[in-house]
Amino acid sequence: MANIVVLVKRVPDTNARIVVNGNQVDLSAVKWVISPYDEFAIENALQHREAHGGSVTALTLGPSDADKVLKDAKAIGVDEIVRVWDDSWGELDSNGVQIALTEAITNLNADVVYCGKNAADTGAGSTGPGIAERLGWASVSNISDVSFDGGVTVTAPADGGSAKISLPTNVVISCDKGSVKVRKPNVKGIMMAKRSQVNVVSASAPSASITFVSHSPPPAKPAGKKYEGASSANEVAKLLRDEANVI
Amino acid sequence: MSESMIIAETSKGIVSPVTAELVSAAIALGTNPTVIVPCTDSSIADSAGYDGVAKTIAIKGDCFTNYDASSWASAIDAVMPSGSIVVAATPQSKDLAARIAAKRGLAVVQDVVKIDGKNLTSPVFSGKAMQTVSATGDFVISVRANIFQSASEGTANVSVIDQSGDVATAVQEIMERASARLDVSEANVIISGGRGMGSPDNFSHLERIADVLGAAVGASRAAVDTWDEIPHNMQVGQTGKTVNPNLYIAVGISGAIQHLAGMRSSKYIVAINKDADAPIFSHADYGIVSTWEETLPILEAALSSMMS
Repeated sequence: MANIVVLVKRVPDTNARIVVNGNQVDLSAVKWVISPYDEFAIENALQHREAHGGSVTALTLGPSDADKVLKDAKAIGVDEIVRVWDDSWGELDSNGVQIALTEAITNLNADVVYCGKNAADTGAGSTGPGIAERLGWASVSNISDVSFDGGVTVTAPADGGSAKISLPTNVVISCDKGSVKVRKPNVKGIMMAKRSQVNVVSASAPSASITFVSHSPPPAKPAGKKYEGASSANEVAKLLRDEANVI
Repeated sequence: MSESMIIAETSKGIVSPVTAELVSAAIALGTNPTVIVPCTDSSIADSAGYDGVAKTIAIKGDCFTNYDASSWASAIDAVMPSGSIVVAATPQSKDLAARIAAKRGLAVVQDVVKIDGKNLTSPVFSGKAMQTVSATGDFVISVRANIFQSASEGTANVSVIDQSGDVATAVQEIMERASARLDVSEANVIISGGRGMGSPDNFSHLERIADVLGAAVGASRAAVDTWDEIPHNMQVGQTGKTVNPNLYIAVGISGAIQHLAGMRSSKYIVAINKDADAPIFSHADYGIVSTWEETLPILEAALSSMMS
């Protein structure tokens, strides 16, 4: 029986247009969703429960507007939903986020933690390995597949190929897309999620040593050269060598 | 001047050229860099000498045979002097950076593309915006490739520290290893196909050009979702891999926002598409409006004659 925690994060829909207004992104009009890789983490966590027994708790960090992604996770099939937050926190850097989540995970008596390989907003991927270090656990990142015959075995990238790795019990598993199909919520799940309560917990977090300065639009690329017809491939190959110097 | 520790990028038993770019990034931070080389054979550190780097430390240990985040972080942390830490923004080194940062209680900023004093800029929202943060004290960064100039090679003043002792490997056992073509996340040149390739068999035409250039073969999400033969580990884009090679060749890829998110920061982009209005052309340095069937053989012949 495993006590499984899966980390979820609320992010703008990945198809959303991101507008920089002044020196900050304007997210007032975007649709918010569970970060896509976290969906694979949820699915793998549910399969872990189905194979070995136990329960799955979805955990997020954020103010109350993050409750919706927890309820979305509940609708898919997690057992418990927990949000860690403290109104006294200022800006959090990676250190603060990981310390607060680690405290919550420890209080939940977790045996194993699943998360997405990175969040669609920052793309950083620091949280999973960072939490593993603070818990004193092993971690394996960017896993594509997981199997539960006997223990827990994952497929992860290694030296340009991939390796099957047999994992210890206490481990943080950061999930890539892989071949797993994410289940959709059914009507019963959605109804249960609507009635469910988010368990809000507090944790301590240090103030940030890395602080936000500004957002800006991505640098524009100068207009490229466009050619008609297949024979222009000769010209392009020459440009790649003589102008771009990339081959 | 404060100190910085550059953890050298290594691949297949040699120090990767991107390490020279990390030296320039560390100098841009206003720090005095030392290069750390995790290795099983300390002679590889002899090539890790750069202008502006006074010291190279080879950390030699059996644990560096295979990557395991926990044991690598322990073995490096045990002997690496304090300071800010700079690594390459590869999947493995970003993972390692996060663990070492947590071990030392430092904050980490990943995928840095610009350094201005202590202001660090990285892409966020899959490159749809840039975010600048300000760092105080020591911190950990991973730096994207092909952004900073390579530092000139210099003589390496190497000291060797043996860490073969008692570092436990937490991940239990590597059961089997499948070799594969060069992965897109590690390649300097990538040629990718989309649904416009018509069938998965036609990816063989991309592989032939990849062989000429020493490139990796990638795919769009549409191709991965349509054909079981094209595995997800080839997918470039929002739910696949984010890449920034020197050269990205997109063949039969229209340029959905999903795909652009994963490759728009490539240094040079070539697009081959029969649809002159395909969005990919507005991101391409060199665009060819034609079918891949006609274009690829000509491109392959031209590149082959140049590379021979």
